[in-house]
Amino acid sequence: MLCQQCQKKEANVHFTQILNGTKIESYLCSQCANEKGKLSFSPQLNLGDFLWGFPGFGEGGGLPEAEQPGEVRCDICGMSFDDFRKTGKLGCANCYRTFRDNLSPILRRLHGNIEHKGKVPGKLTECIKTGNEIEKLKEELTAAIGREEYERAAELRDRIRNLESSGNKCGGV
Amino acid sequence: MSKKPVRPAPEGDVAISSRIRLARNLEAYPFTTRMTRAQSAEILSKVRNAVLDGEDSQLSGFSFLELQSMNTLDRQFLVEKHLISPEFAEGDISRAAIISKDGRISIMVNEEDHLRLQCIFPGMQTEEAWKLCTDIDTKLDGKLEYAFDKNFGYLTCCPTNVGTGIRASVMLHLPALSMTGYIKGILENCSKIGVAVRGAYGENSEASGNMFQISNQVTLGQTEEDIISGIGNITSQITEQERILRSELYNQNPLRLEDRIFRSYGILTGARIISSEESLKLLSDVRLGVVMGLIRGLELEDLNEIMLMIQPAYLQKLSGGQLKPDERDQRRAELIRMKLKDGVQQGME
Repeated sequence: MLCQQCQKKEANVHFTQILNGTKIESYLCSQCANEKGKLSFSPQLNLGDFLWGFPGFGEGGGLPEAEQPGEVRCDICGMSFDDFRKTGKLGCANCYRTFRDNLSPILRRLHGNIEHKGKVPGKLTECIKTGNEIEKLKEELTAAIGREEYERAAELRDRIRNLESSGNKCGGV
Repeated sequence: MSKKPVRPAPEGDVAISSRIRLARNLEAYPFTTRMTRAQSAEILSKVRNAVLDGEDSQLSGFSFLELQSMNTLDRQFLVEKHLISPEFAEGDISRAAIISKDGRISIMVNEEDHLRLQCIFPGMQTEEAWKLCTDIDTKLDGKLEYAFDKNFGYLTCCPTNVGTGIRASVMLHLPALSMTGYIKGILENCSKIGVAVRGAYGENSEASGNMFQISNQVTLGQTEEDIISGIGNITSQITEQERILRSELYNQNPLRLEDRIFRSYGILTGARIISSEESLKLLSDVRLGVVMGLIRGLELEDLNEIMLMIQPAYLQKLSGGQLKPDERDQRRAELIRMKLKDGVQQGME
């Protein structure tokens, strides 16, 4: 990828800055990054534009038409995906759920991953453990059926049912 | 200067401080970008009650500082002590800082996220800071319902913080790497592996006094422990390189390095007017001199203290009120002269 500043050299520095409370990340060549370390950054950019311009979003940025979430709004805070594009900030927890499919590629670009690992709120520890256990058993079940081990499959199916009715499964989270 | 027996900070020759910050939001409210004034006041009172009402000894003795009742000087003072962020200090609406007596724990309410919980320790102690931070977080988790998603983790206003919501950072003093220019290579390498390097006062500031803040950028998909050990590995590698370069610089030409250090020391002990930028630059040399055993009688803690005291707000607080910039420069020079002389006299006794 070319340096976003000079558009000539290969970008090899990931540069982060905060301007007017907005985090700006850019890919620069070492020379431009060095210059930017001393000088102030052009203040026109905001994080929204930047996320949009990430590689993988196609020339000139932007999602292909078909994937545009259009006028879908978060039903809790009323935010549209377009609002997010402009500011780079989300409006509430429900925005993540509303725009899950649109956010996933952006989060993958930012973090290289879209599956949380690590600390979980106390209340959810049990239900997440149960959920993971169910997923694992379901995989085993498919495999058992594939191998025509029906006795084993029945046993797995019962265990899944038990877990699902245990009340430990997460609700909307 | 008071010579209290202080336990030296781990890796204190290079590492100044270690900080862990967690971003958290309450499920029941919109993020700060979309909350109403009334909602922000409710959040403030909920967090206040969660922290201050209770029998928990770890949460006792906190001060609750509402920003709108603080003047610019007092706010700046907290910024200089790294207890609140510069961005936070500028806002007004229902913002508060909840700070522990020893200054190790601070909670910013209604910064970019509803809660920014931070623990700061001297020297290289990211794991200790994490332990304290996660303890406090778990306690608050019992009283506040955090916004959380099974896939995306802790939900934050900005997608750059989502997941663990953690920022682990270590402030390093890197005079030898800066002097020799090797710092550039380090900056490049860090950026390649998703590690940010910034100046001493956060994302916006330049490295003053050869102080650099090393922190993680990725917050989703790695456990807190992995993120912290990653930052630990990188900082210890940089620390090692800095140490090697320091002794190499000295061995190649002892007089040259001594000359630089003692010239800086000379200016600081003689100057009558000095800006904070110049002081930080010269104090960086003096710190190096103390670490290398060239300047005796001063402790690293004394220098850390001076570096804090010469900041504009701290200086004005010490002088009991607003000072014009030229008055500040005079007062600063006076203070540095006094502190350095004290230290060296005690060293000769």
